[in-house]
Amino acid sequence: MSDAFPRGRTSIAGLATYGIGEAPGYTAMELTAKAGLMALDDAGLMLADVDALYICQPDDFFAGLTFAEYLGIHPRYTDNNRTGGSAFMSHVASAALALDAGYIDCALIAYGSNQRTAGGKLSTPMTSNRWDAPYKPLFPLTSYALATQRHMHEYGTTREHLASVALSARAWATTNPEAFARDPLTMDDCLSARMISTPISRADCCLVTDGAAAIVITRTDRARDLAKPPVPVLGAAAAAWWNSIVQAEDMTVTGAKESGARAMAMAGVTHADIGTAQLYDAFTINTILFLEDLGFCGKGEGGPFVASGAIAPGGSLPVNTNGGGLSYCHPGMYGLFTMIEGARQIRGEAANQLSGIDVALAHGNGGTLSSQATVILGSTATL
Amino acid sequence: MSGPESHWREALAQGRFLLQRNASGEAVFPPRVMAPGTGEGPLDWFEASGQGTVYSYSWIQRRPPEQSYNVAVIDLDEGARLMSRVEGVIEGELAIGQRVAAYVDRSAEQPIILFRLMEETA
Repeated sequence: MSDAFPRGRTSIAGLATYGIGEAPGYTAMELTAKAGLMALDDAGLMLADVDALYICQPDDFFAGLTFAEYLGIHPRYTDNNRTGGSAFMSHVASAALALDAGYIDCALIAYGSNQRTAGGKLSTPMTSNRWDAPYKPLFPLTSYALATQRHMHEYGTTREHLASVALSARAWATTNPEAFARDPLTMDDCLSARMISTPISRADCCLVTDGAAAIVITRTDRARDLAKPPVPVLGAAAAAWWNSIVQAEDMTVTGAKESGARAMAMAGVTHADIGTAQLYDAFTINTILFLEDLGFCGKGEGGPFVASGAIAPGGSLPVNTNGGGLSYCHPGMYGLFTMIEGARQIRGEAANQLSGIDVALAHGNGGTLSSQATVILGSTATL
Repeated sequence: MSGPESHWREALAQGRFLLQRNASGEAVFPPRVMAPGTGEGPLDWFEASGQGTVYSYSWIQRRPPEQSYNVAVIDLDEGARLMSRVEGVIEGELAIGQRVAAYVDRSAEQPIILFRLMEETA
């Protein structure tokens, strides 16, 4: 079964981030609305142009309704898909289909959280299901620890491999002024970090920050006449393989294997075409699993691959060039930020700008490695 | 009338660990109204052997004097997988591949399934 997708017929026309790191005194919706307005301004569009809203807030199950009310618009369509941090990739997929069908004309996809200054902990309404909860796993951390332990057992992955992911992310972040964590980080720091749920230590965990992001998507023919170069959406695919990680057939293989292959087939690109990958790094094991499952290296080879420096500045595959969820920001759901960094690289306006990026892969993860969704972005040269 | 989950919990309260199976004999857990993937049903119930193998685990650290505790994922011999805890071991004594046996702990308000190491590997 192949996927029908309107390759390149819709584009990111505007994008923005706001309140990255700490935004004291702001509510989540205030941050979201600010980012939304900034993304519209970036595109040269007005609030009145928006006729579809896509949103997933940490603290509001009816966020689509709240967002419409807050902005004071009556959207023709509202999508409140909640697959965790990957929700925004699914938003892009359904927005592209609706735009191409003429069902909507201008989609605003937004997210914002004040979790750092409001409480300092991950803000999520989710918990372990009732089969898992009696055993008191940390949610969601222990699920990732179980996958990490199994990956170590099957493939000899080490804590040094995991630390290499954190060190690469930090190396990118040190030259990104917007990144929250820019202090020097060493291998010793990572290996001596406080253990939380074995084998995951504090150094394997993403940041807990505030932050908001938004993108505006229109049909590409319209985006060409707007303020910024269009970033066409070449492919977008989501895979849902489980909710509780206990039900994974193999904890070392995620649905990224499906979503990545489908998105790349839609886009008509191979790994050699992809100039940079922005991977949802809630924990260090994520980057290793997704590099493997997306096909950038073989299954089980992710540890040595990251330890070789391949994903760090100067490496063969620049990954998480903003510093990622480990060092740039992680306001609870990070998916939208991966697409924004990919689009910035294609536009040529990233803090750590790479040369000649025509194709970027952005990969989102939701729940406990449960939902996986991949978006392939291109430049107009790829159309 | 009640659903399969309620049936499972009533059995657990009596100290019995039940599983379901589909027409080809594959175990199904958690309990469902139909076989996952095919929709066939209703599923047959049977008594789990309780024997299984550690698939993965994690030790959750706590500030002293509280002790760390484990969360383990167990592959039952019948084919189903569940989260649980292996009792009677300290950090360093638990490993992937160890053989474990289930028992129903009814000491708390809600009965739960726990495991201990089988003697051959203890």
